[in-house]
Amino acid sequence: MSVLTPGRKVEKLDRLAELAAAPADGRGASLWREAARRLRHNPSAIAGAVILGVFVLVAAIGPFFVPYSPTDTIGVANGEVRPAAGIIPGPSAEHWLGYDHLGRDEFSRMVVGARQTLLVGVVATFIGMSVGCLIGGIAGAAHGLGGPWGRRLDTVLMRIVDMMLALPSLLLAISIAALLGPSLATVMIAVGAIAVPIFARLLRGSMIAQANAEYVLAATALGVRKHRIALSHILPNSLAPVLVQMTLTLATAIIEAAALSFLGLGNPDPSTPEWGKMLADAQRYLEISPGLAIYPAVAIIITAFGFTLLGEAMREALDPKLRT
Amino acid sequence: MALLDVTDLSVTFVHRGAPPVHAVDGVSFTVDEGEVVGLVGESGCGKSVTSLAIMGLLPRRGVRVGGRAVFAGRDLLTLDDDARRDIRGREIAMIFQDPLSSLNPVVPIGVQVAEVLVRHRKLERAQARRQAAELLERVGIPDPQRRLREYPHQLSGGMRQRALIAMAVACQPRLLIADEPTTALDVTIQAQILDLLKELVRSSGTALIMITHDLGVVAGLCDTVNVLYAGRVVETAARVPLFADPYHPYTVGLLGSIPRLDRARGERLTPIPGSVRDLLPWAEGCAFAPRCDRRTDACLDGSPELTRVVAPPRAYRCVNPVRSAPATAGEVSG
Amino acid sequence: MIRLIVRRLLQLIPTLFGLSLLLFIWLHRLPGGPETAILGERGTPELREAVRRSLGLDQPLWVQYGRFLGRLVTGDLGVSIQTHRPVWTEFAERFPGTVELTIVAMAIAVSVGIPLGYLAARRRGTWLDNLAVGGALFGICIPIFFLAYMLRLVFSVHLGWFPTTGRQTVGINATRVTGFFVLDGLLTREWDAARDALWHLILPGIALASIPLAIITRMTCASVLEVLGEDYVRTAEAKGLTARVIRQRHVLRNALLPVVTTIGLLTGGLLSGAVLTETVFAFNGIGHFVAAAIPARDYPVLMTFIMIIALIYVLVNLLVDISYTLIDPRVRVR
Repeated sequence: MSVLTPGRKVEKLDRLAELAAAPADGRGASLWREAARRLRHNPSAIAGAVILGVFVLVAAIGPFFVPYSPTDTIGVANGEVRPAAGIIPGPSAEHWLGYDHLGRDEFSRMVVGARQTLLVGVVATFIGMSVGCLIGGIAGAAHGLGGPWGRRLDTVLMRIVDMMLALPSLLLAISIAALLGPSLATVMIAVGAIAVPIFARLLRGSMIAQANAEYVLAATALGVRKHRIALSHILPNSLAPVLVQMTLTLATAIIEAAALSFLGLGNPDPSTPEWGKMLADAQRYLEISPGLAIYPAVAIIITAFGFTLLGEAMREALDPKLRT
Repeated sequence: MALLDVTDLSVTFVHRGAPPVHAVDGVSFTVDEGEVVGLVGESGCGKSVTSLAIMGLLPRRGVRVGGRAVFAGRDLLTLDDDARRDIRGREIAMIFQDPLSSLNPVVPIGVQVAEVLVRHRKLERAQARRQAAELLERVGIPDPQRRLREYPHQLSGGMRQRALIAMAVACQPRLLIADEPTTALDVTIQAQILDLLKELVRSSGTALIMITHDLGVVAGLCDTVNVLYAGRVVETAARVPLFADPYHPYTVGLLGSIPRLDRARGERLTPIPGSVRDLLPWAEGCAFAPRCDRRTDACLDGSPELTRVVAPPRAYRCVNPVRSAPATAGEVSG
Repeated sequence: MIRLIVRRLLQLIPTLFGLSLLLFIWLHRLPGGPETAILGERGTPELREAVRRSLGLDQPLWVQYGRFLGRLVTGDLGVSIQTHRPVWTEFAERFPGTVELTIVAMAIAVSVGIPLGYLAARRRGTWLDNLAVGGALFGICIPIFFLAYMLRLVFSVHLGWFPTTGRQTVGINATRVTGFFVLDGLLTREWDAARDALWHLILPGIALASIPLAIITRMTCASVLEVLGEDYVRTAEAKGLTARVIRQRHVLRNALLPVVTTIGLLTGGLLSGAVLTETVFAFNGIGHFVAAAIPARDYPVLMTFIMIIALIYVLVNLLVDISYTLIDPRVRVR
């Protein structure tokens, strides 16, 4: 045993007092703050966020800096591009990604295309999310709050959603597109429609799971009114999976839009560039100039991958079971 | 020589971005042939982790194990995977706390019992089935033939635990480790299971390590008791002396917090103040010091050493024990 | 058991009704009116008027729906606007090809995805795990038709390892029995024909398998990880069972349950992927036919396709549900 000086003794007693007074750690941190912390340290989340950042940046300000207009068929005008003869020049000093089959500068089209592609993805996801969450929210709320009629409403709504899910996504999109005729809006609506049943199911399931959670039972026991419980407790806690799904849907929306263009259901107007359409148009010239397909394909793949990485990282980060 | 001799066992969990957790911080105890040894302590004191370390059931990544656990002359902690698999189930067996989650839900009970026999006794399937039925009957499950084909969710909690016990004793192991086997069961079933364990152990001469937080269980079953706190043994004694004459303030506190019938009604309960989280790391002082009413300056000055008393055989880790006289009569060791 | 199946089939009926109603509404909202379903978008106004009258479009809606249902049930699906042959015949001819393609794709996805997912789970955090999971995420992000084109470009056109188009090489005289070319070859012992047909299925099969492969890998990995953390796996380890037994009987049998469900759900996605893949490889299946029908506004074909797909999807889900009750004993109610 060594000698305890009065100073050291006080130190240790202070430490003891500290320990006694400290609140239980970890319980106070909110789900969101903890998720944000996890995301900051997650390499795939960072990678996904970086990819997304670049994509949004290019989409937002890229079109102001492109060397050529995306619709000027310069190559045909000056004779350098002759697809019939099998000549479509590739990358060069003046045209970084070469020409496309109509003689337009591919690089400029790619940059401007980012904006259109982002637009399609965002609008489609937004449609899917808002309609889906509306249906799902009503179904979930009806199930919990509406009594027997509420539960019947829930069942009916879910049957409709199940029918939508019964059709594989692309076919659902084809059916809708066939009705509406090929256009940009068609693609956005059709792709959005694919996402509607997913969000509906998700939000409804999340709300019902929350409604059965113990904290809701506790709130009810304390006398909090049902609609307040729904609005201030259940709804915010059900949002986490919706956010995750939103990110993942953005990824698949872009790809499904490309598939619709491939089938001829997209925007027939050849002027406004959009990566999916560019990819679809380029299939015919694969042997002459594979780059025309590869550039938009790679762009789509990387962007979708970025969204997917971020979405998956968010799902892990928001998973309450993984909390320490 | 002892059947199992655990010396300075330590288990540390390391996670990226978090300080290491010393779940077990220098635990030593012995188990003789046929002895029933209790490991007692609150949740989080490291008793379960100790048994998992002995069995070699801890994950390999993120876990550091130190010390020695010598069983029948071999150090279990240094064995390779195949050797461990040979010993587990055959020489050392273990039963766990929650009988429902400890059973495979999609495989019939009979198969789960028989597979131990097939593995270690190299029996044919039909033979193993027959022995499985006998084992089920032995542990008190009625109508064993029918039960063989049933699934875990079709049995009651008590029967599931009996089935798990049957699996554990199937190959007549020399040591059985029971980690809180009755905590998840009703009180009446608890008594039955404990009686079953006692009977099996006495009749076959199997040694038993009983891990529990319930002193009542200890009182009815164990020959020797080790009290754990914050990953270390703080007191070891035979059953009667521990209850009649505890040395360590923690043991005193544990015994004192049990509600008793022979006190006056309306008398307040006496819990130990604070919680398990209020502890000092052993390196700085006695981990129990923040909650101890016998705390002195010496308690804050590095880890108290273990004082062994030779006759009667006891040990305690305290510099200001409840009764200090026997400190003179034995070796002092870490 | 039988009662369960019957009950499920009965529950199917309202869904089918709902689907037929949706189809009916869809037909009615076609640009140009329902007569477009027969004439396409051409035809003089008088012709269109005549068709309208023959379709009974002056009758109340519910009468029209009844007649529509009647036609569906008797198999009168109309005549293709492109080929002027009955839609039913066109589909019947092409159906086997798509089925063969789907089977090959699913076989690839399952035989690669499940072992890969299992390994990724076992070697969590290693390069294999990251590669498998990353690759799976990546696979979902590749547009199928692009992948199909690239595969064809590299392996067929440039390397010549695989045929570039179609179901069978022109010039090979194969006897047709069932319409399933590989099966036909095997049945008639024309081994060359069978092998040739199989060879035509490989590249499109790989392209089609990319998405299900990714999904199955991830699902298996997640499911195995979850099961590995379960108590009954710990019990199995404590019994000293061999790694092989633990993997087969305890881990996989539980982990694969949700994967089986997923496989059923993936079938729908395979059919829509077939539309794209068959087009790229000029593979004469339903998908290719439908893809051509879209720009041609061949509505009878489109309507039939939607109906068939929905039917198949619903039936497959039913099968998966039923199989679940067979595999998981906990689900068998009474």
